[in-house]
Parts: sequence; structure tokens; C-alpha cells
Amino acid sequence: MTAPAQAGTRAASLEFRDVTKRYSAGPGTPGAVNDLSFEVPAGSICVLVGPSGCGKTTSLKMVNRLIEPSSGQILLDGVDVQTEDVTALRRRIGYVIQQVGLFPHLTIGRNVAVVPSLVGWSNQRQRARTDELLSMVGLDPDRYGDRYPSQLSGGERQRVGVARALAADPLLMLMDEPFAAVDPIVRARLQDEFLRLQRELAKTIVFVTHDIDEAIKMGDLIVVMTEGGRLAQFGPPDEILAHPASPFVAQFVGQDRGLKRLSLRTVADLGVEPLAQPGDLPVLPPATTLRDALSILLAADTRGGLAVDEAGRPRGLVTVDAIASALAADLAGAALT
Amino acid sequence: MSGEPLVRWDWLFAHLGPIADRVGQHIYLAGLAVGIGFAISFVLAAISIRRRRLFPAISVLATGVYTIPSFAVFPVLVVVTGLSTLSVEIPLVLYTLVLFVPNIVAGFDAVPADVLEAADGLGYTSSQRWWQVELPLAVPLVVAGLRLATVSTIGLVTVSAILGDSFGGLGYYILDGYHRTFTTEILVGGLLSIALAALADFGCVLLQRLLTPWAAARNVAR
Repeated sequence: MTAPAQAGTRAASLEFRDVTKRYSAGPGTPGAVNDLSFEVPAGSICVLVGPSGCGKTTSLKMVNRLIEPSSGQILLDGVDVQTEDVTALRRRIGYVIQQVGLFPHLTIGRNVAVVPSLVGWSNQRQRARTDELLSMVGLDPDRYGDRYPSQLSGGERQRVGVARALAADPLLMLMDEPFAAVDPIVRARLQDEFLRLQRELAKTIVFVTHDIDEAIKMGDLIVVMTEGGRLAQFGPPDEILAHPASPFVAQFVGQDRGLKRLSLRTVADLGVEPLAQPGDLPVLPPATTLRDALSILLAADTRGGLAVDEAGRPRGLVTVDAIASALAADLAGAALT
Repeated sequence: MSGEPLVRWDWLFAHLGPIADRVGQHIYLAGLAVGIGFAISFVLAAISIRRRRLFPAISVLATGVYTIPSFAVFPVLVVVTGLSTLSVEIPLVLYTLVLFVPNIVAGFDAVPADVLEAADGLGYTSSQRWWQVELPLAVPLVVAGLRLATVSTIGLVTVSAILGDSFGGLGYYILDGYHRTFTTEILVGGLLSIALAALADFGCVLLQRLLTPWAAARNVAR
């Protein structure tokens, strides 16, 4: 779960300890948070998910102190964020929001360099870092560096938002529904790219979404929150899908939680049966999720498909039964432990 | 009268020096009023932004002042402040407020909330946020107010000619020409006032372009 930390990148562990935020009732007040505790190891993505008004954004904003808790502690590498200078704290934490919030009057390059500039990096170092980050998020620095945000598409702007948050090599990234404002196709691409980026960067990330599918896809750990800002369940996605802690969680993750669990596994995770005659069975590359594999087999009206390796060489037979029992074996295993 | 041409060029060329002086006075009187008016408006706008409840009161006050006819207010002030530049400047400054204050407030209101949230979240101090984010983003509407106030003030300066020969800028020629039924003088005063206002407006547009290259980029096709 914890990705190996790389040289040159930094990541902090995060702990919520009995964090409570009360609001006097009124229209438009953010969601309250009630006695929230969880721990995120350095280098993991922790997704806060729940219905609107459940306090997930409030929780996120208490980490960089845009909102101050009523009681409890938030610890970054064991240090209470309340004890730190708020400006210095925020400059060490990356922040990405749904509406991106790029500075319309600054070029893309200067937007990315905002925090390095605030903390006093030399122009040369800012420039080098900006080019590196823009390339990293898939935007050619020579083409995009001197443009203004208004000249970019929504997806491009969101990439710049991610680059800006990463600029000063933060200890932690806070991402508040970062991909919610773009269309589903762009969203899926941004999610994939971000996960690929995260495999290299291994940052600690707190990610807020209201979309359980996004939570399952992005999270190493998921905090399911319920109305009133209470913790409903905390754990890895597979555990939450396999063993919802309450009827609320079961309902929130949905009736198709079995299928969602299949989407967490790929054909590569599955044992294959020897196959004498490949015939014209559907071909299943190793990266295919079991959910997709099942769908492919059902659509082709066959009980089995041909698992192949990266190079396309046949590995053996994958059957609908094998896919079904993959979950059953896990359930039995979980029940034993 | 009937034999008189519309423009007496000989008079015009004989008075180039005094005309230039009047242009200078016009610019001085208008510039001073716009400068002082801008400074006062900025303070009033800042108060309006911080204390929202005061904004309607400040608006009503500024608008109220604007309803007083300039033709009446100049002579009335002479009773208080005498025949001085002050009598000219006080009304001119007051008239700019109604054009400046709402525009400056609107300029700061127009700064998108997500941009401010990002600025806070990324670790701008409040003064850095004000100077580096809010002020630059308020510029388009602030300059829009500046254009209105400048053009309006250049027009109003002519009215101050009713205070006597030592005021009025180019308005002196309009009034003097009227008294003497001398068309050339009226045309010189009127047309040069218009030219001055147009030039000032153009100057404001240039200033805006210079200060907000990003606003122009918006219209460039991707």
C-alpha cells in the first residue's frame, strides 16, 4: 500500500486525532466534523468520501488550516499543525481545488512557480522546476509556459493546478474534488495520469470526492464519512467493498460492490488453466480488470477467455467461474483473519 | 456679424500661446481632481469592501453629491472657500467619487472566489494576496472607473469658467466666446475640450492594455 519513497521527493504521515468542528446552525455553513480519527502512512492516497454536507471538505481544509478545528489534533509527521506558522505550513502543503483557481493574470509558467517564488527560489531554479513539472503533467513547457489560463481547456488547467501544487515538493497534497469539473472522459484520463505520476512521486495525498467509484480507483485508503461528519468506515477499498461496516456504508458503496471489487483486480492476479486449443476465445491482456474481463466474456457469450502476457503470448484459460471464485477466496481469507 | 467667417484663423494663430496655457490649466485642474478623487475613492472602496453594510450609505452619499448641478455648486463654494483653486477642485473631486467607488468595489468583487481560496491555500500572506492577486485582478474595472471619471472631469472643468478668468481651462474660451458672440473662441474651447477628453480616454485604454496583458489574451483563439 505504501509506495516506496523516492530520493528527492518528500512525504509526511498524517494523523487525525479526535478532530471535531462545530458550526452554529445556519444556511450555507460547511459540514461539521465529529470526533474524526484516522492515520495515513507517508506516500499513500487517502480518499475522504461521503454524501454532500458530510464534512469531508471541512476535514481537508483543517489540514492546511483554512478552517480551524474546534477540538482535536491534526498531526503532520507527528507535529500538530496548530503549533506551526500557518503561512509556512501552507507552503509545504500542495493544494488543488475543483475550480482549479489558477491566477488569470499570470502565465502558466508563473502560476506553477507561485510557491517557489513565495519561498524565495532563484529565477533560474523556478524556471527549471516549472519546465520539469509542466512536462511531468504532459504539457509542453515551450508551448504552454507563456500562455494565460484563459487560453487552456478545463483538463489542461487542472493539470496546471496539479503541477502548481507539486512545485515546491510538498510534504502532503490536499486535493478537493480535483477532477469533478471536467467531462468523464477527461476525468478518467486525469485520474490515470495522476496515479501514474503518484507511482513516481509517492506523495501523501488527501483526496476528497463524493464519487465512490473515484474513491475506489484513487484510494489506497478510504475514509467513508456520513452526515454529521462522523466516520462510517476507514480502510483499504477492497475491505470496504467486501465488508461494509454498516448498512449506510453498504448502501453508499452500492449493490454492485461485488463488481467494484472485481475492478480492483486484473487478469494478471488470476491463476490460469492450461489450454490445449486456443480457438477463437476473447483475448484478455494482463492489465484487464476482472470486471472488464467478466463483461467481455458475458458479451461474447462464452465461459472462458484467453489470458495473454504483455507481449500477447497465450498464458492459458480464464473462466467466468475463476473470476467469481477470486472474490470468494478473498472473502474466505478475510473471514479467517 | 453676417460678414464674419465661422473660424477666424488669424485670431487662432495670434492666440496659440494663451490657448496652450489654457490647455495646460485644463489638464492641471482635471488631473488634480482625478488624482485626489481616486485616492479618496480607494479609501472609501476599501472601507466598503471590509464593511459591506457601509457600502449602500457610501453609494447613496456619492450619488447624492453627483445630483447637485455643477453650475450651482461652483458659485456657492466661492462663498465658503473664496475664488481659489479649492472652489474648483472640491466639486470636481466629489463628482469623481460616484464614478470611482462603485467601479473599484466591483473590481475587487470580480476577483473569483476560487482564485482567492487557491491563494490562501498556497500560502500567500494577506498582504501578498492583496498586492499580487486582488489588486492586479481588480485593474480592469478600476481603469473602467478611471476612464469615466477622467472624461467626465475634463468636461466639468469647463463649467468652472463661471468663477472667472483665472479658472475654467478651455471653458474660458467657451464662456468668453459666448459673451462676445465669437464663434471661433467657442469652437476652440469646445473642440479642444473634446479632443482632450478623447486623448485621455485613449490614454486610459493604453494603460489598461499595459497593466492587463492577460485580459487581451482571453480573446485570442486557442
